Amino acid sequence: MTISWRSQLEKVCIPIGALLVSLIIFGVFCAFAGANPFGVYHSIYRAAFGTWGSFQNTLIRAAPLMLSSLCTLLPARLGLVIIGNEGAIVIGGVAAVAAGLTLADFGLPTLMIQLGMALAGMLIGGLWIGAVGALRHYRAVNETISSLLLNYIAIALMNHLVNGPMRDPSSLNKPSSFPIPDVHMLGNLPGTRVHYGLLYGIIACAIAYFLIQRTTFGFAARTAGGNIRAARLAGLPVGKLTMAICFLAGSCAGLAGMVEVAAVHGRANESLNANYGYGGVLVAFIARQNPLAASLVSLLLGGILASGGILQRSHNLPDATVLVFQGIVFLVVLFSDSLYGKLAIFQARSVSLPPAAPAATSV
Amino acid sequence: MRTRPPFPLSRRQVLRGLLATSAFGLTVKLGACADSSAGGGGGSADNLVMGFVYVGPRDDYGYNQAHAEGHDHASTLEGVTTVEEANVPETTAVQESIRSMIDLDGASVIFATSFGYFDPHVLALAEEYPDVQFFHCGGLYQEGVHPENVGSYFGYIDEAQYIAGIVAAHASNSKRLGFIAAKPIPQVLRNINSFTLGARSIDPSVTTQVIFTGDWSLPVREAEAANSMADQGVDVLTCHVDSPKVVVETAERRGIFSSGYHANQVDLAPTGYLTGAEWNWAGVYEQYVQMIQEGKTLMNGGIPHLVRGGLQEEFLKLSPYGSAVSEEAKKAADAAKAQIVSGELVIYDGEIKDNQGTVVIENGKKLEQTALELEQMDWLVEGVSGSVG
Amino acid sequence: MSADLGWWGVPLAILAGTLRGSAPFLFVSLGECLTEKSGKINLGLEGSLLMGAMSAYAISYLTGSPWTGVIVAGIAGMALGGIHGWLAQQPRVNDVAVGIAMIIFGSGLAFFLGKPFIQPVAPQLPSIAFGSWSSSPQLESALRVSPLFILGVLIAPLMQWFFRSTRWGLLVRAVGDSPDAARAMGISIFKVRLLSIMVGSALAGVGGAFLSLYYPGSWTERISSGQGLMAVALVIFARWNPMQCLYASLLFGGAQAIGPALQSVGVDAYYYLFNASPYILTLLIMIITCSPKRTLTGVPGALGQTQE
Repeated sequence: MTISWRSQLEKVCIPIGALLVSLIIFGVFCAFAGANPFGVYHSIYRAAFGTWGSFQNTLIRAAPLMLSSLCTLLPARLGLVIIGNEGAIVIGGVAAVAAGLTLADFGLPTLMIQLGMALAGMLIGGLWIGAVGALRHYRAVNETISSLLLNYIAIALMNHLVNGPMRDPSSLNKPSSFPIPDVHMLGNLPGTRVHYGLLYGIIACAIAYFLIQRTTFGFAARTAGGNIRAARLAGLPVGKLTMAICFLAGSCAGLAGMVEVAAVHGRANESLNANYGYGGVLVAFIARQNPLAASLVSLLLGGILASGGILQRSHNLPDATVLVFQGIVFLVVLFSDSLYGKLAIFQARSVSLPPAAPAATSV
Repeated sequence: MRTRPPFPLSRRQVLRGLLATSAFGLTVKLGACADSSAGGGGGSADNLVMGFVYVGPRDDYGYNQAHAEGHDHASTLEGVTTVEEANVPETTAVQESIRSMIDLDGASVIFATSFGYFDPHVLALAEEYPDVQFFHCGGLYQEGVHPENVGSYFGYIDEAQYIAGIVAAHASNSKRLGFIAAKPIPQVLRNINSFTLGARSIDPSVTTQVIFTGDWSLPVREAEAANSMADQGVDVLTCHVDSPKVVVETAERRGIFSSGYHANQVDLAPTGYLTGAEWNWAGVYEQYVQMIQEGKTLMNGGIPHLVRGGLQEEFLKLSPYGSAVSEEAKKAADAAKAQIVSGELVIYDGEIKDNQGTVVIENGKKLEQTALELEQMDWLVEGVSGSVG
Repeated sequence: MSADLGWWGVPLAILAGTLRGSAPFLFVSLGECLTEKSGKINLGLEGSLLMGAMSAYAISYLTGSPWTGVIVAGIAGMALGGIHGWLAQQPRVNDVAVGIAMIIFGSGLAFFLGKPFIQPVAPQLPSIAFGSWSSSPQLESALRVSPLFILGVLIAPLMQWFFRSTRWGLLVRAVGDSPDAARAMGISIFKVRLLSIMVGSALAGVGGAFLSLYYPGSWTERISSGQGLMAVALVIFARWNPMQCLYASLLFGGAQAIGPALQSVGVDAYYYLFNASPYILTLLIMIITCSPKRTLTGVPGALGQTQE
């Protein structure tokens, strides 16, 4: 099976090669900025992966990105480009706080409260993006623009709520909702400082993978994503599919919002709007809409973000350096996608291969 | 070793136990070899490593720049090494940044300069690193509630705003002042009120128009607000946003006066800049360094947990008067400043009514700067048009 | 001097806000219109906008000539557009993903290079005073218009004419609508798209120059507050029609002034929601005007399709 090992090798070598190339480009950039590239590499490694302590830093930053990426990833399988992750995270977080506070008033046990918060976050986040799907289906409103607009609307709504109706009067200089009592907060994974959001993210990615690759529902979605008209002719309920997928996508982002609230902030306030949304969009596309790959790409982005600080502290590079680094890595990784099937070394002599994994390509 | 707080700190037990022995020490050493400017082995007896974290870019002509200037001064002091990080959001990111400052750079003193860093981030870290001293800018420390290695510092910058109000009232022809504010929170309201009270101490007919933009940094909306106030006849503008750059520049372009905030913005408006309420963090950070080098800590009670100060303690300063400030105005402002420094003048001296006509501070009642009521201010003083709702 | 306009200040502020604040939307949306007509999406114009703002300010400060700054901003935008145009046309590369990576890369580069230019004050673009006849200083100020804005307003009908009546415009439309037919005509799809994306990105760079050199007229890292991304959305709202891009940009520029103007006359409640009004309004208009019964007029046929 030479074909198989060659294409397997290709799948491993191209991403790794892309990372190396982007590191080299970034090194040149750093050299121009007056920093020693090898010192920079060492620092990045030390800050993001070097010790278990710093790797946890990477994991913590990756956790919200996994859930957030699913919000773009799932609809993308249907051919929809949704970038409303930020809004769904924010609105899901607000819903989770509202639910948590209400349930805590009834004196329910912690587990019930956390479950209630998660369900509320997922429900409202799901409805938020589900509405985008509904508008798409019933009114043919472009889903990219409507989800983008909903981001701004969600943030304004959250600000309005925490400055007005939901405000805790004792949150003086940073208007916030009332806090979730400490006992009801999500804890950390045993032996780490990483909160349970990471586990939720990994589980959600695994479920999404199973759902898309191994169920009839996923098959129907992929078919409809390939060709809407053909799917209609085949009798698939395209509208229901669209809304169901969008609902699931939104509920993932809503869950991310719940995790931010229940594991980190303990309350809803402007800190909820922390740019995990656009990071998630990027992760989804870099991962070529494969949920398992999304969890790995989240780790990569988490590692980059984790190394941002040390570039400032140890190399006197400005804070924007990490943005440049991120940009270079993702542009090179995106470019590397076009190399599949092009490099002779990975091709068996006699057989000309179709591009790898046609099911995973975008539409 | 030390008393552990009664929390199930599984992570720390595992990590400290394992890493403190060999691996961790090795990494720090390796790192120190590779990075010339990193803390140099971290936390040796005579070298103090201090970490500074800012929420925005460090040269924003505003809040973060004021802190960064303080940092720059601190870094020149003998026996002090500093590390800093800018643009750190108020999420787990700040916990991780501070953690690497402590673990990788060996920082033993942390200055967390953004208000939103305190709860839950600084509090969580303080539990985890009981040997590290955390100083948070914002004055949120509560005795008995918060860990003893946490301290707060903040300045009564409304004192400087009061003086700026006096200068503004002298400069204004239309007797209408404008205040562009981010959010109706107590700190901001206190600045608006003090500015207005200062102005009305000169001329009771002066009014202040307030516009809330809704967020700390929205340049286009700030410019829009500045322009619509200029249209409404306002002729002195000041603000409380993260970066006053756009407001001051827009005022200059519209040919009206401006009064700065956070840092000195005179270069942006050479003709119209009157004065400005500035932080003097350089002095504050130097005091902290002195205390720490004398062996005082938060934990041994040598450093007070709550450090607050105004003009008297030199936590603040006023930008040098601009060219448009009259001699009369300078005299009045200097006189008021001297009175505040001596404690003779109390800004919130009853009777004070809010702009709905309700008496908020009764006749004969004086609220000193430390008064709790001022921390919880939720009203706008008579003469301000706008509402907190 | 009329000291207080009262409620008249609101329409005046909206008028002034329209004249002052709509140019960035206009340039970016025209740039995106050209880009999308050729069949590709470029979300990265936010990055071009920031890069344009930074480079215009820096060059204006270094050379003392704001117009040089505008030109350099266009070139900087064009360079970023070149990266996008080349990368987004590689097989199996998604243009939306490249766009978001370009937002990060472009803004990162702009912030990185722009650090030394936050402090200095750069010479600003001049303005034309259309209101010098008026005795009201408010009206005079409101009618002060940047030549760059006028340029943008002129580009809109020009682009309309370009698409309708020129051979080059036809080429762009053909490439965007039916690449196969265009290929059969012997047109290089790659070149047409690359050029369209580069010119589009250059326009966005010029829009950035407007931000830093005219209104609000300074370089800070928060200068765009997402205007580039919003303007990309405007194009879909404007149905890929340059003239409608103009109207939509004017609407958005004016809407920015609503929140502050209402507060300045004493309407204080719900300002978060008032500030979100442009977004709510756009969404409502889209819901009302879109219909599943017919496809949008003007939508380029090849839009959103990845090359295999």
